[in-house]
Amino acid sequence: MTGRLDANTIGRLWREAQHILDQSKPIRVVIDASDVSYCDGAGVAFIVKLQQYQVHSGGDVTIHGLQEEFRRLLDIYGQISIDPPPGRRREPLSVVEQVGQATVGVWQDVQTLLTFVGELTVTLLRAVRHPRLVRWADAWLIAERAGVDALPIIALIGFLLGLILAFQSAIPMRRFGAEIFVANLIGVSMLREMGPLITAIILAGRSGSAFAAELGTMKIREEIDALTTMGLEPVRFLVVPRVLAAVTMTPFLAVFANLFGLIGGAVVMRSLGFPLVSYVNQILSAVTVRDLLGGLFKSLVYGIVVAGIGCLRGLQTTTGASAVGQSATSAVVSGIVLIAIVDGVFAVVFYALGL
Amino acid sequence: MNDRRTSHEPIIQVQRVTAAYQGSVVIDDISFEVYRGEVFVILGGSGSGKSTLMKHMIGLYQPVGGRILIHDEDIVTAERERRTTILKSIGIMYQMGALFGSLTLLENVRLPLEEYTDLPLDTMNLISRMKLKLVGLEAFLDYLPSEISGGMQKRAAIARAMALDPQILFLDEPSAGLDPITSAELDQLILALARNLAITFVVVTHELPSIYAIADRVIMLDKRVKKIVATGGPQELRDHSTDPWVRQFFNREVSVQ
Repeated sequence: MTGRLDANTIGRLWREAQHILDQSKPIRVVIDASDVSYCDGAGVAFIVKLQQYQVHSGGDVTIHGLQEEFRRLLDIYGQISIDPPPGRRREPLSVVEQVGQATVGVWQDVQTLLTFVGELTVTLLRAVRHPRLVRWADAWLIAERAGVDALPIIALIGFLLGLILAFQSAIPMRRFGAEIFVANLIGVSMLREMGPLITAIILAGRSGSAFAAELGTMKIREEIDALTTMGLEPVRFLVVPRVLAAVTMTPFLAVFANLFGLIGGAVVMRSLGFPLVSYVNQILSAVTVRDLLGGLFKSLVYGIVVAGIGCLRGLQTTTGASAVGQSATSAVVSGIVLIAIVDGVFAVVFYALGL
Repeated sequence: MNDRRTSHEPIIQVQRVTAAYQGSVVIDDISFEVYRGEVFVILGGSGSGKSTLMKHMIGLYQPVGGRILIHDEDIVTAERERRTTILKSIGIMYQMGALFGSLTLLENVRLPLEEYTDLPLDTMNLISRMKLKLVGLEAFLDYLPSEISGGMQKRAAIARAMALDPQILFLDEPSAGLDPITSAELDQLILALARNLAITFVVVTHELPSIYAIADRVIMLDKRVKKIVATGGPQELRDHSTDPWVRQFFNREVSVQ
């Protein structure tokens, strides 16, 4: 062997050596290493591999002339088995085990959720009786970030939603000469359903994930532990301001989503040739205050759900760099799933109550 | 420490470097050299710019003035290919280890080999295991960083820094946050690597026991003047320095205004 034995050369060298060894199958290999000008850890790995390859084939390797400093490296690094030590067993789970594990996980999650809802309710009730317990400065700041800062995106999505709804419904309605009733459809669907729903989904994407990431980072940096050991409950200190901010802001955002949805519908109705006054009168005749208030009440509940689940996922953050990301993702996914479930419950309850 | 193969051949040259952090100058016009094979310690109080200086030396930050040469080449102005070669010849252990949390220890150490060599997987695994064995972690190959202790994470970070057999290893606060026994073990590891593998170490620390254990030469930064206020061996500085701040630092005396 001559030249350098390092990470750049040993790949090619090993392929050549393996080819020769496989062809001639020598019992004894003697390496003259007196012309090796450089050898590092990778070079030692090559020699170790060569030695152990020969040992496996029933032969041996002798090295002559390796410079003293490189031989010292061989002494340091060379005492290693080519086969890795047995690692921890990580056998894949069977389907039954996976289903069982997932079921237990869901059940534990439901239990945690119920415990959290109970703790949050008690803390919120205490906050109502003793408003000084609430960190209002934090709540205002969060309300600004979750509410005011979300206005442009709420307005844009609301407008586009109204526009798309109007366009999609105008085409079939035209066949019956009932285009004017597009206004009824937009009014009722936006105020009762789509406005609050789209607000909640945007809130889950923007603020639910942010809450989870903020609290998750605090958990990793042991700030939550610090609060607990100072006798300050994380739920009162961190969750209540976020839930109050979200609850206060969501109905306002829903109003904006409704308004811009109706404006989007107006643009389509105007393009279909209806005067604005007809559109407005049609909406006023179709929707009631009860529709508006019902929708706003739903948005209020969505606000609690999104903020609550965002904070819960943040507090559940484990360790590691990916944990905060997982919490944020989980906050959005759980938030949207819970919004859909709550919406379903509302639909049944409103129907039963004749609202 | 004198049994090591240190020489007076400079491997790093810091020439009249002025460094700023977030807009304010923290190091003002300093020069020194690191010799091949020595353990060189950058010392100073909190906020004296030790870590900032190290980050300039590894090319993460660009100095406001002066230049830093590694193997006689300016790491800032070197062309991309040459800069990559320089970076491959240095290994860095960051203060918190900076291991990739989603990779096992073996995968962490193997990563530079995957990126910079065309070795077959089994050879890369063998080299990675050799490095992990050297730092006493061969039994933890398939552990994630979050599953091992802080001291083990730092040792794993050294193994990763050594993946490409660097000539220079930079260690940022290797003993910070470790118990005295783990810290002493880490010192022994550094000494063993310097002695056996002739690696040049640049260590940023303010842990006195570590400094006495490992340092061949020390430079001391003072944040009040933003300059090097002392250079020499640790015992020499402790016993013979005339600078009151240096004496105070080495003798752990409380400042009396």
